[in-house]
Amino acid sequence: MRQPYDGIVIAAPVTIPYRRYSTNTAHWWVGRAVREVVQRAGLRSSDIDGLSLSSFTVGPDTAIGLTQHLGLSPRWLDHVPLGGASGVVALRRAARAVQCGDAEFVVCVAGDTNQVDSFRRMLSTFSRFAQDAVYPYGSGGPNSGFALITRNYMKHYGATREDFGKICVAQRDNALKFPHALMKKPLTLDEYLGARAISDPIHLFDCVMPCAGAEAFLVCREDVAKGQGIPAARLLATIERHNAFPDDPIQYRGGWAMDLPEFYAMAGVTADDVDFVQTYDDYPVICMMQMEDLGFCAKGEGPDFVRSHTLTADGSFPHNTSGGQLSVGQAGAAGGFLGLVEAVRQVTGESLGAAVPDAKIGLVSGFGMITYDRGLASGAALLAGGGA
Amino acid sequence: MTRPLQRPKRKDPLKKTRVPLLPQGVRSRTALGLTAAAAEGRFRLQVCADCAAVIYPPRDACPRCLSARLPFRDVDNRGTLLAETTIRTSTDVYFRERMPWRIGTVQLDAGPSIVAHLHGDLREGERTRLQLKIDKSGQAIAMALPAEDTPNMADDPQWRELTCDPKFRRVLITDGRTAVGQALAEAVSEAGASVIFVGVADPWKPFPGEGRLRKIERVEIVALDLTDTISVNECAGEFAPRVDILINTAEYVRTGGLIDRKGLTVAREELEMRYFGLTRLAQAFGPVLRARGADGVNSAAAFVNLLSVYALVNWPAYGAFSATEAACLSAAQSLRAELRQGGVKVLNAFFGPLETEWYQAVPPPKVAPSALARAVVRALQQGLEDVFVGDIAEDIRARLAVDPKALERELGS
Amino acid sequence: MGAPDLLAFAGAVAAGDIEVVDLTHTLSPDFPTIVMPPELGQCAPFRMEEVSRYDERGSAWYWNNISMGEHTGTHFDAPVHWISGKDLANNSVDTIPAANFIAPAAVIDISRQSAANADYELTVADVTAWEKQHGRIPPRSWVLLRTDWSKKIGRDYVNMREDGQHTPGPCPEVVRFLVEERDLHGLGTETIGTDAGQAFHFNPPYPAHYYMHGKGRYGLQCLANLDLLPPTGAVIVAAPLKIRRGSGSPLRVLALVPRSHA
Repeated sequence: MRQPYDGIVIAAPVTIPYRRYSTNTAHWWVGRAVREVVQRAGLRSSDIDGLSLSSFTVGPDTAIGLTQHLGLSPRWLDHVPLGGASGVVALRRAARAVQCGDAEFVVCVAGDTNQVDSFRRMLSTFSRFAQDAVYPYGSGGPNSGFALITRNYMKHYGATREDFGKICVAQRDNALKFPHALMKKPLTLDEYLGARAISDPIHLFDCVMPCAGAEAFLVCREDVAKGQGIPAARLLATIERHNAFPDDPIQYRGGWAMDLPEFYAMAGVTADDVDFVQTYDDYPVICMMQMEDLGFCAKGEGPDFVRSHTLTADGSFPHNTSGGQLSVGQAGAAGGFLGLVEAVRQVTGESLGAAVPDAKIGLVSGFGMITYDRGLASGAALLAGGGA
Repeated sequence: MTRPLQRPKRKDPLKKTRVPLLPQGVRSRTALGLTAAAAEGRFRLQVCADCAAVIYPPRDACPRCLSARLPFRDVDNRGTLLAETTIRTSTDVYFRERMPWRIGTVQLDAGPSIVAHLHGDLREGERTRLQLKIDKSGQAIAMALPAEDTPNMADDPQWRELTCDPKFRRVLITDGRTAVGQALAEAVSEAGASVIFVGVADPWKPFPGEGRLRKIERVEIVALDLTDTISVNECAGEFAPRVDILINTAEYVRTGGLIDRKGLTVAREELEMRYFGLTRLAQAFGPVLRARGADGVNSAAAFVNLLSVYALVNWPAYGAFSATEAACLSAAQSLRAELRQGGVKVLNAFFGPLETEWYQAVPPPKVAPSALARAVVRALQQGLEDVFVGDIAEDIRARLAVDPKALERELGS
Repeated sequence: MGAPDLLAFAGAVAAGDIEVVDLTHTLSPDFPTIVMPPELGQCAPFRMEEVSRYDERGSAWYWNNISMGEHTGTHFDAPVHWISGKDLANNSVDTIPAANFIAPAAVIDISRQSAANADYELTVADVTAWEKQHGRIPPRSWVLLRTDWSKKIGRDYVNMREDGQHTPGPCPEVVRFLVEERDLHGLGTETIGTDAGQAFHFNPPYPAHYYMHGKGRYGLQCLANLDLLPPTGAVIVAAPLKIRRGSGSPLRVLALVPRSHA
């Protein structure tokens, strides 16, 4: 039986408002986010003794370079280059470090800049498999890879573009209340369906918009948070899995499906107890896959599940309550933090936008790193309010 | 069904010629095993020597048993197209101007899933044959074809991007005095080349086969002497912008090694014709070929070298000749890298003794000029980089792969 | 007798009283060379490689490297060229006395016969007939065979058929006659070779080469403009390059022709 994360909390959820393009560096974005965590937690930066960094664009630096850049002297340091799974993975490592006393205040930060050509340059060098076996094939980037996954899922499980559209439209509804969302205009299903094709069946509103931004949070002991007088979320359970189901010829499930029973058992809750879900939404098909693999419906029932819920923050299955990456924007590795930071805000009553009524337990899911034909990393965390 | 290719119109002189762009050509060292297979038109993937797992993308450890012994082996290329997508926007400048572009996930019967380019006649759910091809960057890519041939299959635009099909292309055969040159003129004419310029040196000297050569459809005789820089430059000045495929048929075959040949006269002629001839062609035609790699349906596509297989290992009975051929092979490798910048391929066709007068005393098997010509045209249609024609060439290559030193001794005794 | 007045000579050249006729073809890569069976050694044709042309290889100057055989283009044959002359004294272009590069010319016109018959052979009778009209050929004269062959180009000029080259030239007897009876200085032709195209089948083969060079006489081949020369009275200036032990060389051949003004 795994040891619970008793006494460990997450506090000071920070989002640095995104920008479509930025002339600033990733260091600038990361620095702003760390500063805001420190300020919100009422700390001095010298109090920070643990740092976890996620970024695609901080090169040639890594986390160690950032310590000197930011003037920090941590005794615990981590670099989590896991894209969409960064948030959950950074959190569970930081939680154990704090729990064991290796560090007291761990700032987990993800930040990326987006310069005019940086997305293109990242694609061709994303991974060895991408270089050898993906990018030379039309150079469609993740759009074409996920198009194949989407196409296969639609064929097997009868999902339609309307189903995906419903996810996107609901998220946009949520985003309209979230001040930091880059997408400020309402989206109708007709607009969704009428958008131009990017890589069939992926159309414009199935795609996230790359942008610059940063997200961060603080991991510390519950009593310490209490002493600082800051609201905090308790960590009930986490899972992490990489390269799950490697023999599936095309991806239709993620690593969550391997670890689900243990996940809820550790938290002592069931899927029915979950008040809202923040899935990793690089493409709506992945949201649907997570609804299945995280136990809200059986495999193949994703389309029906979507049809039977509003998916808005005030509805029967509150989902991606800030608008998700699809409407807020994808700030590189910060995209892997977005749902987690939003979940902390929801359970601590600090929501900036659409608050889920009476949100006690939230589920955050991460997914990322499509190095060849599928997302390799997956993770999830269950959070609860009332931590401080 | 593929729409048959239309004969390209004459070029609008007011239109800018497209700069040849290349898809990304960077590959890991291991992935170059695919390029090696594609160069010869083989379908090879890594097969674990310990657990027999078929592996893709190329790796340095077996994902099933962690073995490091992962040689490339011929693998069954059949599979099923699980899913397809039509890419309509790309961040890459090469693909941007070729949109839309279809790719798909193919599950091979042999195991792995491969993301591949799709032939226009292949649909989701269908059975398929995968091939490894060399793309414009010079690296291997996988292309999924219909399980059975379809009409006008070679005219598919994504396929034609990977091949050097002579159809509707303009071909220069550099030496029409040779039997091979004449056979090639005939073969590319049959393959649908829109014009075949055939170079003839010393037009004051009659040559066998001349009458027949002149009668081949769409053949135009041009003055071209590969041993004469001025002649090559003048020919290029007139015709280079209209040459899409250059086939160097110059030959110079003489017996003897180094000692038995008195003086350098013969060696010089040999080098003038072969090595310097190749150099002259490269300098005169190369820049224009390289600039026209993306010039529409009849873009510049290939530079073809006909090389004795003894370029790979010396045959002392034709020792000095072998040395010259080796020089040409080395030059062709350089030329390949130089022309790659323009998306133009260098095809090397290796062959053993030919059924021609200069190999009169050599016992069979020998390669008929027409067989060599057909093999070259097929290789162009397939977009290959290296082709071995005839039993001797295959044999030499196989023996060389096993033990180069043993082969050196065998050829020298 | 006083010394000859070379200034008067130069003045006559400048005034056009002595016309200088260029008997030379332009050296160019496409000018045919003699054809030997392919397994034998071949005469290299003229080739030219640019060294620089006001460019990065030499910014302010243009020049070429050239290469060719000794017997390429309009060229001179020295006695050492043939086996029959291999042991003679002063038999190579570097040792031939310089005075021998200037000699009078007798121009024998067989253009009509050659037009009718590409294999026409100059005979002793042709020579004696010529002498009846123009007088006896003076000793140490060039005999120039006018065939108008130099007006032909390409295939017609070389005139190769399956049994070899077909061009006019001297028969064996006339060469012996010219060398032994007329003390010939050398023989000049418009064709490739001082011998006829089919002279391999003569007895001896290549009689012009054999007899002339065997007696230390010279040859000039691939001449042009012989139709501009008078039968007698022209002086030929033909100085080959001074190549050590050279068997011949391309050269500029000039004829000095006195002109009477009407």
